[in-house]
Amino acid sequence: MPILELETVSKSFGALVVAEKIGFSVEPGEALGVIGPNGAGKSTLFNLINGNIGVASGIVKFDGRDVTHLSPMQRCLAGMGRTFQIPQPFERLTVYENLLVSAAFGAAKSEHEVADACANILEETGLIDRANDPAGSLSLLQRKRLELARALATQPKLLLLDEIAGGLTEGECNQLVATIRRVHQKGISIIWIEHVLHALNSVAERLLVLNFGRVIGIGQPAEIMASREVREIYLGMEV
Amino acid sequence: MVANREASPPTTAAGASGSRWRVETRTTLSTAFGIVAIAAMLLLALTPFFASRGVVQDLFFILTMLVLAQNWNLLAGYAGLISVGQQLFVGCGAYALFSFVILLGLDPLLAVLLSGVFAALVSVPTAFFAFRLHGPYFAIGTWVIAEVGRLLFAQWKALGGGTGTSLPRDATRDMIGIGFLKETLGLKSAAAVDALTFWVALILLAATMGTMYRLLRSRNGLGLAAVRDNEVAARALGVDAMRMKATVYVVTAFLTGITGALTYLQKARISPEAAFSLTDWTAYIIFIVVIGGIGTIEGPIVGVIVFFLMQNALSSYGSWYLLLMGALAIVTMLFAPRGLWGLASDRTGIELFPVRRILKRGPNHQGTKGGPHG
Ligand SMILES: Nc1ncnc2c1ncn2[C@@H]1O[C@H](COP(=O)(O)OP(=O)(O)O)[C@@H](O)[C@H]1O
Ligand SMILES: [Mg+2]
Repeated sequence: MPILELETVSKSFGALVVAEKIGFSVEPGEALGVIGPNGAGKSTLFNLINGNIGVASGIVKFDGRDVTHLSPMQRCLAGMGRTFQIPQPFERLTVYENLLVSAAFGAAKSEHEVADACANILEETGLIDRANDPAGSLSLLQRKRLELARALATQPKLLLLDEIAGGLTEGECNQLVATIRRVHQKGISIIWIEHVLHALNSVAERLLVLNFGRVIGIGQPAEIMASREVREIYLGMEV
Repeated sequence: MVANREASPPTTAAGASGSRWRVETRTTLSTAFGIVAIAAMLLLALTPFFASRGVVQDLFFILTMLVLAQNWNLLAGYAGLISVGQQLFVGCGAYALFSFVILLGLDPLLAVLLSGVFAALVSVPTAFFAFRLHGPYFAIGTWVIAEVGRLLFAQWKALGGGTGTSLPRDATRDMIGIGFLKETLGLKSAAAVDALTFWVALILLAATMGTMYRLLRSRNGLGLAAVRDNEVAARALGVDAMRMKATVYVVTAFLTGITGALTYLQKARISPEAAFSLTDWTAYIIFIVVIGGIGTIEGPIVGVIVFFLMQNALSSYGSWYLLLMGALAIVTMLFAPRGLWGLASDRTGIELFPVRRILKRGPNHQGTKGGPHG
């Protein structure tokens, strides 16, 4: 049984179609990469999956349940953790408290139980030195790490990552990939939207290509990258 | 960073022997302040024994305004519900008190509590409508509903319609506790009523601030702060924002209703204009919270003192006084969005009601008293 399954999911903003009959599924423990040009509807796809935006039609199934009409809060409790492309920290809370919110609510634990788990995630994501600073004082890169840390603290079954590798140095990027691989090795399913292809390809087992709200390809990374349509549309290359 | 964090007491029991981290919220300063605050409350409780009725009445006014301000602070500063219709609950509480006492002959003190329950009941359908609106529309919606409330109560002939009515004298004089005060302290009836309402206001304030501080330090308080900072992210991370907001709305309506009832028990005279006054019960309250510092427990305390001093010094200037207050509030919002307390706190790092959880390296002290563990 797939961990996530979308069936003919559609959504428009006015005349702009951002999702057109999208259907695919993700197996438990799988890592799926999502690529596509800017404005293709990738972030919107995450919003449809986690319920931030309601679908116009279609079905979203998570962990064997129809979650199409559940709120983002309920989907988080069911095991979806997500990051936002534009970081959304709780600015007046400290970095540690940001994680505490995810752990206490998203993973439904008491504050006392999760102190060590949160601290471990902060160490893993390189934020431990900023633990007691207000999240509003973080740089953009640190805010992106906080997005990842918060999503991890909800103890997700499915992790949705939206462009978290942009702007990193090579060393930082390798570190990030190592972190995501460790998460993946624990059996957590991942969907990762990313433009940094070498990072994505070192984790993703399959790639999904999105353009104008439509899935134009899904399969092995090598196949996908070699396909003519993808190269034309995504890489902007004439072949 | 705040420099004066104390090494103990830790507020968490991460417990397991392998734990390498502990979390603290309290500081030496805040513990000392807590003791001073309790002492100040006790001292304040003694004022009716030595101060004039005028002083007791002024203090009553300050206490009740502070309760209203803390409630609005919780509503707007934490739950993000910018209501300009809290006069609805003051008015409903006050009118409920008058009807319980005049029409049903209940004891006024019991009626005060029931009036809070009535206000909370009114807040449920109000929330049902107002929560469909967002941002400025929510604010306008709450105001319109409060106006509807005022117009409805103005139709109630048994309570004087549009001109209002007074509490019968003996109703307050026969109130629970008044006879005892007159006998043991030799107070006159009017002074005894003042003293009793003052003490109830003091208890109400202590209960409000105590509950609020506990709430903000709890798991739900953390969720509320997350909703305040970023509702979309809070919901995506598992916080039930709607339930939290609704709970805060109903609880603050209850406390606001009690305060309204108590205020009009002390005034002993009511009219729809006064009890549902936008200026008295919302504009002044917003001023207090904004000047003092929204989203902090300390802010409204500073704000109510500024408000009281300004009112004493300037209220004879009529509408100029209101204009000056409005201008001051706007300047504060522009240049010191976290109010006077925010300015002071940023500069000194002092927090009298710390809610921030500080993560520290090193095992928890609890359970390690018997010596070092392996
Ligand atoms: N809430 C919204 N309302 C209207 N248009 C939106 C909204 N969110 C996204 N869009 C539009 O939908 C399109 C897809 O956006 P997005 O999903 O963010 O693309 P991507 O993440 O692939 O770059 C863009 O043209 C964007 O401007
Ligand atoms: Mg995007």
